[in-house]
Amino acid sequence: MAYLEILNLNKSFGENHVLKGIDFSMERGEVVSVIGSSGGGKTTFLRCLNFLEKPDEGQILIDGELLYDAALSYSDAEIREKRLSFGLVFQSFHLFPQYTAFENILIPLNLRAFERAAVDKLPFRQRRALKAEIMAENKVKAMELLRNVGLEAKADAYPCHLSGGQCQRVAIARALALSPAILCFDEPTSALDPELTGEVLRVIKQLKQEGRTMIIVTHEMSFARHVSDKVIFMADGVIEEMGAPEDVFDNPQSPKTQAFFSSFEEEI
Amino acid sequence: MTFARITMILLEGFGQTCLLFALTLLFALPLGLLVSFCSMSKFKPLQLITKVFVWIIRGTPLMLQLFVVFYVPGMLFNIQLFGSDPQGRFTAALVAFVINYACYFSEIYRGGIEAIPRGQYEAGQVLGMTKTEIFFRVILMQVVKRILAPISNEVITLVKDTSLARVIMVAEIFYLNENLIMSKGIIWPLFYIGVFFLLFVGVLTILFNYLEKKLSYYQI
Repeated sequence: MAYLEILNLNKSFGENHVLKGIDFSMERGEVVSVIGSSGGGKTTFLRCLNFLEKPDEGQILIDGELLYDAALSYSDAEIREKRLSFGLVFQSFHLFPQYTAFENILIPLNLRAFERAAVDKLPFRQRRALKAEIMAENKVKAMELLRNVGLEAKADAYPCHLSGGQCQRVAIARALALSPAILCFDEPTSALDPELTGEVLRVIKQLKQEGRTMIIVTHEMSFARHVSDKVIFMADGVIEEMGAPEDVFDNPQSPKTQAFFSSFEEEI
Repeated sequence: MTFARITMILLEGFGQTCLLFALTLLFALPLGLLVSFCSMSKFKPLQLITKVFVWIIRGTPLMLQLFVVFYVPGMLFNIQLFGSDPQGRFTAALVAFVINYACYFSEIYRGGIEAIPRGQYEAGQVLGMTKTEIFFRVILMQVVKRILAPISNEVITLVKDTSLARVIMVAEIFYLNENLIMSKGIIWPLFYIGVFFLLFVGVLTILFNYLEKKLSYYQI
């Protein structure tokens, strides 16, 4: 039984059919890279998984259980809950500028913990006590997450005082805070200066060693080759080719994949 | 008429000016947010009505609006909404000011809210936040920082606009001063009034500079 299973995912924006029936599955602890030229639907695919776009058709199963079926309708609260199965790291970080690195991780963590514990339903005094208890717990967790991406020293820095690479590492820690089953990356290094990509890629490698299940949309071909268990080449809204990195990179079968790689080599 | 005596009379009028100023802000700042939500509403009729209303309010002189609020209910419907006593006149002026300033503020809010990148909302969404949490925890503080300068502009304009209340005979500083001119035949207090306004705006400027500095610990 695959850990994540996606069946016939379809998404259109008006006339533009962006995802044309994506079928895909991956195992727990696997790292899957999604490559392909822009406009091929890679980002839309991730956005559908995080319900930032509503898929028109298709099902998403996690651990064999139906998480989402486009044929059914869900309330906002249900979508919010389902979203937490996936984490998303954005290309341009989207850290909250008014909060420190530490608060960026802590605040979403607190909000969800308060909701789960239904603190709002408690009488005032009990509520305050429980909140304090949860917050103390979360502070430890948030600091641990920062330490894990090597930014413990920057806990009190605001995003405007961090480099792009540091921002992205905070964003990764923030996405991990809510313990998503699957962590998605949308071109995590595309907005970074070349000398800063290394630190972010190292963090992703480390997460792989920790056994995280991840989907990475990327243009870093050599990184995709080395870190992935499986590579997907997407073009024109379909999965054109899927397989072990050696097969896809060294021996591509589909003409579109071949054309994509040859255009890459020309550039170099 | 001594200088001190005239100062006391003008101060009394300036008290009314300050009260009108403070109450207008108290009501117009939150009301403006409500109006801005209406003008950004996905429900088109509400959006349209709000936009037309804001257009009318911003497109006509505040002085005219003061007359309309004070006189029109009586003229058209024969109801005395505001009495012709000082209290009633003051309330009428306050209503006109609140409506007018709420509309100006709403446009500033709208600009500030629409300037927040979509990524901020999406980052909140993928972290499981509710719409309310996203607005109050993520968006609002960034909006406040963005709109502080234009809001301070409007607030300073409001200080001086309060003098328009004179047209429906609210006993603010200009009105009391005019009485002085009429009865005593002295003109210089008219220019003395400027000092009151300058000092008040000076204090506000310092206050807004302080707020701006307070919010400069981060950049958007």
